[in-house]
Amino acid sequence: MATGAFADRGADLELVGIQKRFPGFTAIEHLDLVIPAGSFFALLGPSGCGKTTTLRLVAGLEDPTDGRILIGGQDVTTQKAYQRPVNTVFQSYALFPHMTVLENVAFGLRRRKITDAVAKAHEALRLVELDHLAARKPVQLSGGQQQRVALARAIVNRPALLLLDEPLGALDLKLRRQMQLELKNIQEEVGLTFLHVTHDQEEAMTMADTVAVMNKGMIEQMGSPELLYELPRTAFVANFLGQSNLFTGPVVGETSTSIAVDVAGRSIVVPKARSHRHGGDVTIGVRPEKLSLHRDLPAPDSASNVLGPGRVTDVSFTGVSTQYLVAVPGLGTLVVFEQNRSAGPIEGEGDEVWVTWNVEHGFGLDDDPAAQTEKFVADTTTQSLAAQRRADLLTELEEA
Amino acid sequence: MTRLSLGKWLLPVYSALALLFLMIPIAYTFVFSFNDSLKSNITWRGFTLDKWLNVCAVQNGAVCEAFGNSLLIGAVSTVLATTLGTMIAIALVRYRFKFRAGTSLLLFLPMATPEVVLGAGLAAQFLSLGVPKDMLTIILAHTMFCISFVVVTVKARVAGLDPALEEAGRDLYGSPAQVFARITFPLLLPGILAAALLSFALSFDDFIITNFNSGAVTTFPKYIYISASRGIPAEANVIASAVFILALVIVVTAQVSAAARAKRQARLG
Repeated sequence: MATGAFADRGADLELVGIQKRFPGFTAIEHLDLVIPAGSFFALLGPSGCGKTTTLRLVAGLEDPTDGRILIGGQDVTTQKAYQRPVNTVFQSYALFPHMTVLENVAFGLRRRKITDAVAKAHEALRLVELDHLAARKPVQLSGGQQQRVALARAIVNRPALLLLDEPLGALDLKLRRQMQLELKNIQEEVGLTFLHVTHDQEEAMTMADTVAVMNKGMIEQMGSPELLYELPRTAFVANFLGQSNLFTGPVVGETSTSIAVDVAGRSIVVPKARSHRHGGDVTIGVRPEKLSLHRDLPAPDSASNVLGPGRVTDVSFTGVSTQYLVAVPGLGTLVVFEQNRSAGPIEGEGDEVWVTWNVEHGFGLDDDPAAQTEKFVADTTTQSLAAQRRADLLTELEEA
Repeated sequence: MTRLSLGKWLLPVYSALALLFLMIPIAYTFVFSFNDSLKSNITWRGFTLDKWLNVCAVQNGAVCEAFGNSLLIGAVSTVLATTLGTMIAIALVRYRFKFRAGTSLLLFLPMATPEVVLGAGLAAQFLSLGVPKDMLTIILAHTMFCISFVVVTVKARVAGLDPALEEAGRDLYGSPAQVFARITFPLLLPGILAAALLSFALSFDDFIITNFNSGAVTTFPKYIYISASRGIPAEANVIASAVFILALVIVVTAQVSAAARAKRQARLG
């Protein structure tokens, strides 16, 4: 695969029982993952969750402690980075500073002894609209241009799998949007399999067909962006992908289509289809933009849930919407987003309000509420990061 | 006002005096390379180009032989020290191994040790090992102390090299040898060249360590030292002046071409 023809289409990527330990901490506990050919897959998670390690394992820049990696059904676990039909767009772009843009793009083609390397490199540069800068050195380009060169340098090889390591992280918002669109276009044009690693939930949601949320070296949930947002399976997903108001309580009633959960003395109804658990203690939630504020207790209505009264503790105007923090006794603080349909915030700080939402908008998590507190407290992500930092510091000290 | 005008002339005058002071010995050497000297070259006896034209004629070519020896020793030690030093520098920065900190410390020692101690120590060691002192022992000694300077110079360059660049090379189908040849080496080259120049300069004008370990072989500094007691021949001045002028020409050419390149790049960008 390393020397030979272009891949004519993307290939499936399969990770089987991958584990990666570094001295002092485990980056990936146990990972099974199948990414179908031609998809745009995003691995989303906080820094230190193991997503970049996963990418490096696939690229062949790290060796797994255990498990197998298959690309297009072929086991590549023992292959070196330069033998794998995979290319990476590095976070720092990693353009070769001593070569021109054209030489950078032609590098992979020349290593594989592909004929017409220069013509193909020009073609790839035209795709990212940078052919007129082919003779420049990377330092003479702007950040956005460098990123496009890095992209051209990777896709010119027609890899079966293209890996993107937070490539948009360094760009400003407008350039980011442009690049996101461009990446999508390129993917549709050349039909590669994309594996995109990011900590930016917005980037993952706008670009990927499938998003896997990763935390502490494990995949918490995988699915389309809409599914993850609408029906998060765990508290981590509910809070990492957007914001959520979460409540925990016992199931006190049940119909054929919905369950009722006791939350601080009020019965909150969630459709069964939108809840992962239907009995015992459950954690249910609702997104802040689904909530509405009322000055008076609304008339009872089977189609909506009511919480309150609470007191507005903070109002922040964000342009499109206004964010309210509402303290409800016995429940804690709720976050509410209200669209700014009229001028200025409707409620003021200190106002007494009721919060309602449509029953159809709630969701129930799969998390076991009993294990939940422990899950939040023992954040091994931070611990593993600390262990890593400590190891780094030690080696640094040893050097000095 | 007065303070300002004082500052205006004080710095230029001071700089000019300092430069002049540094230049006097060189100017003296240069001028006396044209002296129509006899045995000693201390008093001015008249202008001649003879010494420049027949530089190797004196003492059966001893000056030129010493100069040739110095060039050869400098070249060989530079190549050895630069090659070994570069490999050590890469290993020290890129790999974690046992005794890495110890190795760093040991490499620093030759720079910190007085040359007399180093020279005498080496001489004693060669003696007890039964190695005859000749060109080889000089090269070994020079390579040894040059390695330290190469490692220090190249290490800084390696530390500044983003590992992602080499990873990108591997990712783009470059075998380890290709990645080294096309990415690592070209990017380290400025550091390696600087280290090589430094090595050559150190080797070329080393006297103390050489004197301990050279046996019957004469290098240029050693030749000058020995002849200083009897009177240095003007031919030595010729060689010293020629080396100085050559160095000057190289430096000026490099500066001018770099300036021209920067100008061209500025126009392009």
